[in-house]
Amino acid sequence: MARGSTLRRSTRPWRQVDAVSRWLFPFATLVFGLFVIGMPFGIPGQAALRPVYAMACVYFWSLYRPGSLPAPLVALCGLLLDLLGLSPFGVWAVLLLLLQWVTLLLRRKLVPGRFLLVWAVFTAMAAVSVTLAWAAACAFDETWLPTTPLGFEWLLSAGIYPALAALLIKAHRGPAAVELA
Amino acid sequence: MIRLSVPLRQALSRLTLPVMLVFSLGCVLIGRADQNFSSHLSAALDDILAPAYMLVSGPIQAAEHGTGEIGHLFSLSEENDQLREQNAELLQWQEVAMALAAQNDALKASLHFMPSPTPEFSTGEVVADLGGVYARSVLVLIPPGSGNPQNLMGAVALDGRGLAGRVVDTGSRSVRVLLITDINSRVPVAIGTSGAPALMAGTNGPDPSLLYWSPGQPPAEGAMVLTSAEGGAFPPGLPVGIIHYDQNNQPVVLPLADLDGLRLLRLFSYPDRLPALTPIPHAGAAAAAKTNHRKH
Repeated sequence: MARGSTLRRSTRPWRQVDAVSRWLFPFATLVFGLFVIGMPFGIPGQAALRPVYAMACVYFWSLYRPGSLPAPLVALCGLLLDLLGLSPFGVWAVLLLLLQWVTLLLRRKLVPGRFLLVWAVFTAMAAVSVTLAWAAACAFDETWLPTTPLGFEWLLSAGIYPALAALLIKAHRGPAAVELA
Repeated sequence: MIRLSVPLRQALSRLTLPVMLVFSLGCVLIGRADQNFSSHLSAALDDILAPAYMLVSGPIQAAEHGTGEIGHLFSLSEENDQLREQNAELLQWQEVAMALAAQNDALKASLHFMPSPTPEFSTGEVVADLGGVYARSVLVLIPPGSGNPQNLMGAVALDGRGLAGRVVDTGSRSVRVLLITDINSRVPVAIGTSGAPALMAGTNGPDPSLLYWSPGQPPAEGAMVLTSAEGGAFPPGLPVGIIHYDQNNQPVVLPLADLDGLRLLRLFSYPDRLPALTPIPHAGAAAAAKTNHRKH
């Protein structure tokens, strides 16, 4: 009995480190992804991928593991996105937080739902966010910006979510699972 | 760790999202009220990211070259033939160029032409493509030996073939170059041999459009587009691109610079060329820019 308790005590710090790293996994991969998308690969429409990736991550983690991506970290990601992508400062922080808020409100209906429903809801939310970002950029630049990137971003978000979700589900069950620590 | 009662903790967790939302809205307001704030932040972030990008993009480029070499082995003889042909053609052009240079020198001598001094330039490597959906810009890492990057504000960026953009943000070791395809980019240009004035405006697409050309003198297809000194923001005569009529029969400029695959940029600073009203503060017009900085 005594031996058992000493064993438990000695493994405790490591377990805590493990739990914290698992808890940080969604945020770390989100920031790292934003960094990687900036590399000069020369893929057309690479810049449009950055907000789409951020939206998909925030949506997925808010749905399945809301504790790992709390609002302050989402706001931080949004500000990073604005600074990297030269959009008006703070706009994507507001949009990502709104996305998270709506996701948390719909969570009870979405989590037991089918994947198609989750996908469709994400596509709708992405369309709204992208349009709001476009409207904000238009208002702050005081010009009408072209609408073609809007459609492109929307199609990209609809197309990329299943692939990204497949990866994120693996992460959700493996390296991001705090309960396995 | 502070132990809180369960209802208090629940109330706090429910409050974080609205509080962060208000905080972000505050950020938007701050960003609107003080434009320098966000540009300072992004310059600081660029300074942190530029060396990190350099670390990663070095191996990527090496890998690109590596696979390139292996790929080249298979098409070596074909490529040699092609290069021989090109070489012969270029030798002919060299003779033409030398003859023209001699003629140009003779004409300049008879006109008592005063050449403009060669500006200082520094060369930087493009480490990241940090454009957004509605912005086209690249991050350039300035090597430590080449002076203070702060002096490069407003510098003209050229790649091997033509004008690529202009420096809009400077940090302590990196600068951000706004490309000519950005929707906010406006470059006064001169078209063809007559030097007809026009304004080249970025559209966020690959080819910038042409505005304010004189209707009596429409730009000819294939005419050369050079920068114009009008407005004083650019030195005259830098190569920009070639006129092309798109499917809507509107003239656009096909940039000479390879804007999708920029690797190295030369940044020329023309210190005395900036007029006092340009929204970019520099040493000479710092005071004027300070009083006028709300105009942009």
